[in-house]
Amino acid sequence: MLYRENGQFKTNYRADQQIFPILQDRIGIAIVLLIAFVLVPLTAPEYLLRAILIPFLILSLAALGLNILVGYCGQISLGTGAFMAVGAYAAYNFQARIDGFPLLLSLLCGGLCATLVGVAFGIPSLRIKGLYLAVATLAAQFFVDWAFLRIKWLTNDSTSGSVSVAGLQIFGLRIESPEQKYLFCLAIVAVFALGAKNLVRGAIGREWMAIRDMDVAASVIGIRPMYAKLTAFAVSSFIVGVAGALWGFVYLGTWEPAAFSIDRSFQLLFMVIIGGLGSIMGSFFGAAFIVVLPIVLDNLPYWFGIPVDTALASHLTFMIFGSLIVFFLIVEPHGIARLWSTAKEKLRLWPFPH
Amino acid sequence: MGFFLETLLGGLMTGMLYSLIALGFVLIFKASGVFNFAQGSMVLFAALAMARFAEWLPHWTGLSNKFLVNALALLVALAIMIVVAWLIERLVLGKLVNQEGIALLMATLGVAYFLDGFGQVLFGSDIYKLDVGMPKDPVIVLDKVLPGGVLVSLEDLIAAGVAAALVALLAVFFQKTSTGRALRAVADDHQAAQAIGIRLSRIWVIVWSVAGFVAIVAGIIWGSKLGVQFSLSLVALKALPVVILGGLTSVPGAIVGGLLIGVGEKLSEVYIGPYLGGGIEIWFAYVLALLFLLVRPQGLFGEKIIDRV
Repeated sequence: MLYRENGQFKTNYRADQQIFPILQDRIGIAIVLLIAFVLVPLTAPEYLLRAILIPFLILSLAALGLNILVGYCGQISLGTGAFMAVGAYAAYNFQARIDGFPLLLSLLCGGLCATLVGVAFGIPSLRIKGLYLAVATLAAQFFVDWAFLRIKWLTNDSTSGSVSVAGLQIFGLRIESPEQKYLFCLAIVAVFALGAKNLVRGAIGREWMAIRDMDVAASVIGIRPMYAKLTAFAVSSFIVGVAGALWGFVYLGTWEPAAFSIDRSFQLLFMVIIGGLGSIMGSFFGAAFIVVLPIVLDNLPYWFGIPVDTALASHLTFMIFGSLIVFFLIVEPHGIARLWSTAKEKLRLWPFPH
Repeated sequence: MGFFLETLLGGLMTGMLYSLIALGFVLIFKASGVFNFAQGSMVLFAALAMARFAEWLPHWTGLSNKFLVNALALLVALAIMIVVAWLIERLVLGKLVNQEGIALLMATLGVAYFLDGFGQVLFGSDIYKLDVGMPKDPVIVLDKVLPGGVLVSLEDLIAAGVAAALVALLAVFFQKTSTGRALRAVADDHQAAQAIGIRLSRIWVIVWSVAGFVAIVAGIIWGSKLGVQFSLSLVALKALPVVILGGLTSVPGAIVGGLLIGVGEKLSEVYIGPYLGGGIEIWFAYVLALLFLLVRPQGLFGEKIIDRV
């Protein structure tokens, strides 16, 4: 009864084409943003910000980037961790080698470097498809892992690729406390999510989806596969690169290549699939699920006061995580985003059955 | 020359072992269209079961004959892998029929996580020795022809022999038995196979069991070389480029691909590695496979991919 578009008549194209055409959606988003920007930093305890919300935000950004590639353009990539690593290390190099390089600019430059690498490893997608491509993208993962370990120049001659950054500041404001870090990440994520949402609604997004649904048919009706696929790789790895730079700079502070290993790539792919392929909102759902789940699983025995050996606990976490993934795929293969849209459909009619 | 031959032989031996794991991937992909990321975890699980039962059985039964103990442990491990295959079919794949390839891939990743955890809960997470009586000493051959001869590890030689025998066994199984014929029919066309009365669920259990058996063999060989430990499940990552190089649907492809990658990896590490800072083994196979796929997108022996609108 509360959630329906009846009576909301559109009188011009602008109104018809806005991101959230339904008034209730706009109000809902405004409330979410208000809570995220004002209420959370004022009230959330430090642990929640540092250990859950900041990683959640950064990983949603990475999942968003991956979702553009996998969910919208249909190119499966197992090399996301590598693009994150490129973003992080490139941003670090800009920051370390050039004195007084602005933080925001070095994050973006990190993203640009990741774009270059992403496009380079995206070129094979013009010939290789499906699972073959998925395995081929692992080449990026292993090559980049190796490069940051072995090529000293890339890591500013630090041993074993371990680097650290300190004294983050933007426009003269220092970013130190968890609240400031959280707000910084949140602002970036919000801007990127808005940008991504608009991209996938536009011409380029439709080209990606056409390629995803059937690439031969798409090229027959005049979509250039090369342009569409490479732009998807470029946009995706740019976002992923920025997320990687944030992960290193804001969340970790000190990191080595292992922070962006193949496990990270799998983790991000899980987020995208569990959240929902081809859905911006889904990236956030998926990230929330995957970030929170291990923390809950780790803490569950303590909450119930059952003493569990740490090694056993970590194995059990593995088991439960694996079975939940399978369970989720069986119950809702289209991800949490699908559950969300079903819920919205139901809400339109509620409380009436038809 | 002697050194080159040694490297070449070493590469061939490792390649054979990669082929063994790649074989598991190909078998399952052919029969059920699932890209089984859990193959590595199955290798770890099987090797753990084998190693631990070989250790426990003498305590329980008082057997001291080593051969008998190992054979019994092998049987137990095989039984466990069949149960695992049955459970996977029942609880995972059977529920995911007609889903997209990527959902199935992620499901096998979930299975991989589960098996990694479960195996270590059941069997412990230390490094276990697996001794099936393989000789450890290297021998020198060809010392008449070449100065210094060629150093060959007997263990590798036996492993390669076992791998070759297994491949031959599988070929006979697929070509000559009626179950093998059913498997090939399913691989060709699921629906047609069902239409003539082949039960898909039974076939899938068989295929996953065969893949489990291959995993045991791979696990024994790798395990007796490196010790049974968690890193065993990562060996599968080495086999992925083999699979796509050879072609996802081709058993000979897995063998040839494995040999090519094994040799390429060793030769490149020795002859190119020093110029690049070493350790290029990690990515060389992938880049090799990637470059090859650019020329032939379906791999060496894969079925030609035809796009239809």
